[in-house]
Amino acid sequence: MIDVLRAAWLIARKDIVVEIRNRELAYTTLFFAVACILVFAVAFVDDMGHAIPGAAAGILWVAIAFSGTLALGRTFERERQSETLRALLLSPIERPAVYLGKLAALLMLMFAVEAVVVTLVATMFQASLGRAPWMLLGLVVAGTVGFAAVGTLFAAMLARLRSRDVLLPMLLYPVTIPVVIAGVKGTQAIFAAEPNLDLAGMWLAMLISFDAVFITLSLWTFGPVMSE
Amino acid sequence: MRTARWLVPASLAVALLMFFRAPYLINAAPEESTMGAVQKIFYFHVPSAIVAMLSAIVSGIASAMYLRGRRPMADHVALAAAELVVLFGAVVLATGPLWARKAWGLWWVWEARLVITLIMWMLFVAYLLLRRFGGPGSDVLSSAVSLVGAVLVPFVYWSVNMWRTMHPTTSVVPSLQPEMMKPFLWSLAAFLAFYLALLLTRVRLEKSRAALEQAFLALED
Amino acid sequence: MTTAGPGTTAAAFDDVDLHDVSRHYGRRRALARVTFSCGRGQILGLLGPNGSGKSTLLGVLSTLVRPSLGEVRYGGRPSSEWGDALRRHIGVLGHDLFLYGDLTAYENLEFFGRLYAVPDLDRRVRDALEAARLTDRASDPVNGFSRGMRQRLALERALLHQPRLVLLDEPFTGLDDESAQLLTDRLKTLRASGVIVVLATHDFDTADSLLDRVVCLREGRAREIERGGGPLRERYRQALKESWT
Repeated sequence: MIDVLRAAWLIARKDIVVEIRNRELAYTTLFFAVACILVFAVAFVDDMGHAIPGAAAGILWVAIAFSGTLALGRTFERERQSETLRALLLSPIERPAVYLGKLAALLMLMFAVEAVVVTLVATMFQASLGRAPWMLLGLVVAGTVGFAAVGTLFAAMLARLRSRDVLLPMLLYPVTIPVVIAGVKGTQAIFAAEPNLDLAGMWLAMLISFDAVFITLSLWTFGPVMSE
Repeated sequence: MRTARWLVPASLAVALLMFFRAPYLINAAPEESTMGAVQKIFYFHVPSAIVAMLSAIVSGIASAMYLRGRRPMADHVALAAAELVVLFGAVVLATGPLWARKAWGLWWVWEARLVITLIMWMLFVAYLLLRRFGGPGSDVLSSAVSLVGAVLVPFVYWSVNMWRTMHPTTSVVPSLQPEMMKPFLWSLAAFLAFYLALLLTRVRLEKSRAALEQAFLALED
Repeated sequence: MTTAGPGTTAAAFDDVDLHDVSRHYGRRRALARVTFSCGRGQILGLLGPNGSGKSTLLGVLSTLVRPSLGEVRYGGRPSSEWGDALRRHIGVLGHDLFLYGDLTAYENLEFFGRLYAVPDLDRRVRDALEAARLTDRASDPVNGFSRGMRQRLALERALLHQPRLVLLDEPFTGLDDESAQLLTDRLKTLRASGVIVVLATHDFDTADSLLDRVVCLREGRAREIERGGGPLRERYRQALKESWT
């Protein structure tokens, strides 16, 4: 068990080092997320300059989902260039470690992007971050983990295919709809004029269950799926 | 599968007989108070949805077995069940709006069953596309898709139900009157028999295709 | 990671057997009933036209590709019995070089060294860099390297953990004469230390003096060519012309 975690950490750390050097992924993901927010803001802000109630939460999670899919695609595209994913699979570390390592690295990237995105959405839509910061943090973290858990599995298994750029969104979006529903509804409950923290907590519970189930499922499926 | 020999025509016969009798039963059933005759589409709509969800679970279980042991029959069942999710899901998605339009004036209702069918339908269409365009090895990859899909079913129910409890749903089945329950169960049984017939036939077709491929390969030896 | 002490090599295998190995993708047969074995201190060459199954066969030997039929045994035990530990004893140099462009030469070796739990890592990495003649470029990112430099580094990466079985997919491609000579010497040293080397190549001239055994592949079928009796190129062409039943 420790070996798996240690190996996963090695892989995650390598990805982070590469990303810090390269920064391509961080920049593109961030800019894409911001562009998403701006586009949706145009749609959901009325002539008086007020956002439709509940829009802020929706915009936030759409930006997370879209930029997350982009980041996923790009992460594995990079591994594909020198077939380094295959090199990882050739090494003696257990398959679940490869999955966890890539997952951890992706999560760190997404959290970094989300720090900016959440602040931006809160500022632009006058949503108070201080009202229930831990609950909001919990929702964002749990939702991102759920998204990334399935995303890493699908992106890795599609990496070899030519049609991966088309297939990844087609597979990922239907599966992550419960995550988005929970994230949006939970965030709305926090941002609302009268915040309902109990309701937000219920959504958080759902997200945590989702995460637990799908990380387990992905860990179990990753090995068999990645061997030809 | 030796049992499939008699099972296919048997279940097909059962299904056809039941479908023949069904309209009489449905006609005899009382009309629902608010919606009138249109509500009777429910006798096709809901069983289709149940069969679609069932098929998703069958596909998921078969995929899990395939990933474990790589037995070809598991893959055949997974593929056949996936296609039937798309088929019966299409029925649900077509009849749902028709019903909703006449009953409530809307083309679409954000109701748990419709949403989950839409998601499942999209996912299994993606499964079929992956099989078609994924090249060699796509049988293993698509197994992951249907497995995730099957596990997803309760979560979509959970999330959409929780979402929609703010606005009451037309959750109908448990509160059915006995006179409506009989044609509904009849219809459900007919759909299940029909599903079984289709599944077994499709699996047999897939088995034949695989056997043909084996023959091709053996020819080259 | 379980520490890899000197005792690890004792847990490796002495031979690799392929028995009736077939691999098909739908209707396309990549490998058809391939059977041969190789032992320690041997360099076995895989020759054949493009698309004959060389890369697939190397993939099967590396455990990445599962045979559709047949079995591969390492030291008498099938790969399913070995589990993840088997890969500790296998080193692969592929077409694509398995190097991270954004990391430096040192970092690439260090990363993979850690994955393989190579002991005394720093010294081994430095030795490897020296063997690749890249010591002065150790801190440079790999994406600035030439093809030849990358290849040398990739070879060291494959050998860093002192594998018992080394698989090389057309390693002489694009190498200049000096590098090719260095590679040949390196492979001979490996052979002398009891490593099993399997390499796929088109380079007949180099191969002629290097290979102990030659297996020809054509449309997925394998056939061994006998040693001696003329230059390799001629024997290879002759073998391809004959009918293989």
